[in-house]
Amino acid sequence: MSQPFRTHSGGRIDRNKQLTFQFDGEELTGVEGDTLASALLANGRHLVGRSFKYHRPRGILTAGSEEPNALVGIYRKGDQTPNLRATQVELYDGLKAISQNRFPSLDFDVGAVNDLLSPLFPAGFYYKTFMWPRAFWDRVYEPIIRAAAGLGKPPINPDHDTYGNLYAHCDVLVIGSGPAGLAAALAAAETGARVILCDEQSEFGGSLLSESDATIDGKSATEWVEDSIRSLSAKDNVTLLPRTTAFGYFAQNFVSLAERVTEHMADPDPALPRERLWQVRAKEVVIAAGAIERPMVFPENDRPGIMLADAGRTYLNRYGVKVGDNVLVATACDTAWQAAFDLADRGVDIAAIADMREKPSEALLSVAHARGIRVETGCVITGTQGRKRVSGALLGRVTSGGVTSAGEVTCDALLMSGGWTPTVSLYSQSRGKVVWDDTLGTFVPGAPVQNERSAGACAGVYGLSATLEAGYNAGEQAAKAATGKTAKLARAEANGADAGNGGILGALPHDRNASKVKAFVDYQNDVTAKDVKLAVREGMHSIEHIKRYTTTGMATDQGRLSNLNALQIASTSLGKPLTDVGLTTFRQPYTPTTFGVFANVSRGDFFDPVRRTPSHDWVVENDGVFEDVGQWKRTWYFPINGEDMHAAVARECETVRKSVGLFDASTLGKIEVVGPDAAEFLERMYTNPWKKLGVGRCRYGLLLNEAGFIIDDGVIGRLAEDRFHVTTTTGGAAHVFATMEDYLQTEWPDLNVWITSTTEQYAVCAVQGPKAREVIAPFVEGIDLSPDAFPHMSVATGTFCGVPCRLMRISFTGELGFEVNIPRRHGKMVWETLAKEIEKHDGTVYGTETMHVLRAEKGYIIVGQETDGTVTPHDVGMSWAIGKNKFDFVGKRGLQRPDLVAEGRKQLVGLLTKDPKVVLEEGAQVTKLANPPAGTSAEGHVTSSYHSSVLGRSIALAMVKGGRDLMGKTLHVPMPSGAIEVEVTDTIFVDKEGGRVNG
Amino acid sequence: MLLIYCPYCEVERPELEFRCGGEAHIARPTDPSTQSDEQWADFLYMRTNTKGIYAERWRHIHGCGRFFNALRETVGDKFLKVYKTGEPKPDLDAIAKEASR
Amino acid sequence: MVDQVTADLYVPDAGEEPLLAISSVSILRAAPVSRLSFRCRDDARAAAGKAFGVALPAKPLSAETTSDRIAFWLGPDEWMLIAPESDLEAVSAKLEAALESHPTSLVDVSHRQEAILVSGDRAVWLLNTGIPIDLDVSAFPVGSVTRTVFHKAPVMVWRTGEDSFVVEAWVSFMDYVAGLLVQSAGELSAA
Repeated sequence: MSQPFRTHSGGRIDRNKQLTFQFDGEELTGVEGDTLASALLANGRHLVGRSFKYHRPRGILTAGSEEPNALVGIYRKGDQTPNLRATQVELYDGLKAISQNRFPSLDFDVGAVNDLLSPLFPAGFYYKTFMWPRAFWDRVYEPIIRAAAGLGKPPINPDHDTYGNLYAHCDVLVIGSGPAGLAAALAAAETGARVILCDEQSEFGGSLLSESDATIDGKSATEWVEDSIRSLSAKDNVTLLPRTTAFGYFAQNFVSLAERVTEHMADPDPALPRERLWQVRAKEVVIAAGAIERPMVFPENDRPGIMLADAGRTYLNRYGVKVGDNVLVATACDTAWQAAFDLADRGVDIAAIADMREKPSEALLSVAHARGIRVETGCVITGTQGRKRVSGALLGRVTSGGVTSAGEVTCDALLMSGGWTPTVSLYSQSRGKVVWDDTLGTFVPGAPVQNERSAGACAGVYGLSATLEAGYNAGEQAAKAATGKTAKLARAEANGADAGNGGILGALPHDRNASKVKAFVDYQNDVTAKDVKLAVREGMHSIEHIKRYTTTGMATDQGRLSNLNALQIASTSLGKPLTDVGLTTFRQPYTPTTFGVFANVSRGDFFDPVRRTPSHDWVVENDGVFEDVGQWKRTWYFPINGEDMHAAVARECETVRKSVGLFDASTLGKIEVVGPDAAEFLERMYTNPWKKLGVGRCRYGLLLNEAGFIIDDGVIGRLAEDRFHVTTTTGGAAHVFATMEDYLQTEWPDLNVWITSTTEQYAVCAVQGPKAREVIAPFVEGIDLSPDAFPHMSVATGTFCGVPCRLMRISFTGELGFEVNIPRRHGKMVWETLAKEIEKHDGTVYGTETMHVLRAEKGYIIVGQETDGTVTPHDVGMSWAIGKNKFDFVGKRGLQRPDLVAEGRKQLVGLLTKDPKVVLEEGAQVTKLANPPAGTSAEGHVTSSYHSSVLGRSIALAMVKGGRDLMGKTLHVPMPSGAIEVEVTDTIFVDKEGGRVNG
Repeated sequence: MLLIYCPYCEVERPELEFRCGGEAHIARPTDPSTQSDEQWADFLYMRTNTKGIYAERWRHIHGCGRFFNALRETVGDKFLKVYKTGEPKPDLDAIAKEASR
Repeated sequence: MVDQVTADLYVPDAGEEPLLAISSVSILRAAPVSRLSFRCRDDARAAAGKAFGVALPAKPLSAETTSDRIAFWLGPDEWMLIAPESDLEAVSAKLEAALESHPTSLVDVSHRQEAILVSGDRAVWLLNTGIPIDLDVSAFPVGSVTRTVFHKAPVMVWRTGEDSFVVEAWVSFMDYVAGLLVQSAGELSAA
């Protein structure tokens, strides 16, 4: 074992399982049970990163998710995940990690020059510096800032992992598995309640895992944890989630958890998701998030080797790692003494315990004395030495007049404790308001706002006995509140790990030149005590302003380490009580959460449902090209013999006009309107009259909103007195259905009519062209297809290829046309039959592009292309579709609004370019002059534009102000390459008489 | 994600199953042609958008499909009461008093 | 509380390979059935049930079944009536005849949706990877039926046993629903 700082025994690690890993290319070893942080420390590595702004060498500060310094990149499967906290990265064999924010190396980083230049980078530096000139932003400031900003490098390849999702429900969700959380889970589980216990660490137990001398029910703390977990996992009503962070607390006890499923595995099964998002709805929540230790704000408190005292104790007791050989302990509270004692008991030299307090408890003093530990009271650290590792510290005696030097101490590690801060983040996210506890000198949760209880250290309850008691009570009460059930659970009795006293907030006094030293408040964002004071001097009086000006509390720990110290410094500078300065809001996520967790399954093929029609497989086999229309895959065009799109569309268009074409119209929305009041209902919804439409007849329907604007259109066929087959646009199907339901349920509940979506009940094959009748005739039974018996705009039921069909004689091409509606499961068979049949008639299959060209040649509008939600029937020349004698319909009153009847509205017209080869760009502006002066508003815009192979020239539709009065006039379409001259025409380019549909 | 009680399904369901339909109790005039331009503009566009208790239409679109009405407190984003379409608008002041208790 | 309801109409489609068949859960395509969307006011409900052969439930989220008929409550005036594929015309005719004097709506939606059968120890877990409602048997007892969502697709779920479900979706959404279920079940076979 080549880990010089590894102890010989103890800890939750397996020394027999050696693991090899790389850090910045150097091969090192650790053991099973290590985190990357503990393994690095076992190798004597404290320097693990460079700070964000000054590039100062930084070491591991904590042992938890609040770690601000030890952010690393982890390589896996050829890519790298940046900004992971080494304290949370579990070691596995072959792990590859890199340090961040340094160039060219961690040892020698040119960015460190920033530290020397630090007088140039005060708080608010960016706000003050990059103000002027404006033009410098894009070209100079932003590129430089962007290059320098950020810590790790984002991965560049698409994420090859999968992420899982689970909606979970429980009676009691317990967050955190320290003594309070475990007790809560045990108590709640005993009642039979459905319990979920989650903890962000790999192992349950929280602080108990690094406890050295306490016992519970006569067992060691870790034995009790193991027994408790064993009993919980034996229960069907309990779900145990290690490596699972509760990162968001939302309304009505909706809590989101991120479970890291494979991050700790050397070679995970690819079938496993990397992480899983748990969306938990809990009847009751017990927050047992614990407390974290506060750093002390003294000059040069950021050198590698300086660490929180409890972290030092955790590395020793849980991971079997000594953080140094000669450790100085600086504290203002009792608990750090235990760290010193544990280290001393493991043979580590304790350079001294420097306690700020004049009179630490006699009990502690006597234990220290017994171990021969030097104790300095009323003593603070006023500075430290060592560049890449702390080598010594300056001591100062606190007196009434200030601080006087008390000499130097050499050390290779410095453990500090400014006291404890309850983790109130999740309580705060639940919208609870924290309250100041004067005795504890910290914020604690106030009254619960949701069905929630904070228990244990996160509520300011310390000491093992009290914490367990709080946990049992919270678990019992939560279960009772959720289920009404209670159960008597024997409570474990704890000895040891009593609550300590003491704690300090804010910057510590020192005898150094204040303008020359840096005492860090927020390590990750390089915010010093000086910066906070400067912010106050410069007028930031609210903590929200100070936070944004200095960036304190904006690091990945969201200020869990720094907030209270920053508040105290601001409060002192402002001369206001701390509680008047305010506390910033804790927001989701509690710790950084990957995008993968949020994107979840919504990626690749499952980003959104992909809806396919029955012809899909045939189209794939026949090399059709698809386009996305909403969620649908529709065939765009069918190239044959290497045609490009232009050639394919030209051929398809000509073929339909000359002989026949087959088109898949299955995606059109279909709604069956049934009931005695069906006609009355349509009369009220659509602009057109419906009551007199004969059974077996179809009519084009136009749907407006109440404002009078077109929102949808489609052909409606009357199947029976009380039954209509309504079609809608593909994109409008869901909205039209919802709109109809809205009117039916909330405005006209008295009507005896119901609507049912049949969009997917029927596959629709449109057969269009002069030979359409010949194509379908062989397959139709029960319907007389002769023009007299079944004229344009007819509908009938019969059979097609032996299956039931609704046949409609309608046309969106201007040609003789039929739409064959067959029950969907037969759609493929019918499509294939027709595709074969049209070949006999020199026909073609065609796609949406040809459909668009053919209808544009006829001047038929497409809702959403010619219209944009501000277009009336009159604007597009469809006043004929409005029933003149109707009492009312949706939009009738809207159409009378002054703006809608005013002169000069844009109207639908045709445009023909002077040069027939030029195809206008859709969306292009239409102007009177070829070169209108700047500021001239356009006369209109091009809505549809195609090359018409049938006409051998381009055609376009446009919305132009007063367009119908401009027939024959010349307008212009200015483009970057020069204006294009166009002539205004009517909207019908092919078969102006309209005789072909009657063929 | 809120939980919403559907008065037709008689269960609480996640917000994902619902769509908000805007302010409730705005009846479409039975004869719109008699409405002045101002009245019609009011009907089309003007909403109270209350900061506080707001009566809204909700539809259990991915459930029973029914519209119903709900009182939602818009500051805390909490549902205080749901009731079926056609039932009268509750006394908002009384609900507010009850909620503040 | 019942452990199992009669779900004879939903049988695996013999012509189809299982979408998923592992020890803890299986997903099978169901054979076609007749589906009729039925709407009426309260006064026609009893007559409709009589004509159909099984009562139309008034209790929300419930179903009434016999070996060859199922009536699902989907809304206060909406039921989905299930019958064997071959009975479509007979059932429609019988209902129409019986309800002549009542305003109703009967629409054939047999082809609109497809069903898959999801069953096994991990069926609830698997469905909850995409369905946001509580499927614990205490909250969603055997026999319950509801429309809800599976990720981004609307679905109908009917619980036929503690560990067995019928999931219906509109045909064009089924690739998404079944595909995601199979993907999410992948980890159940992981080592």
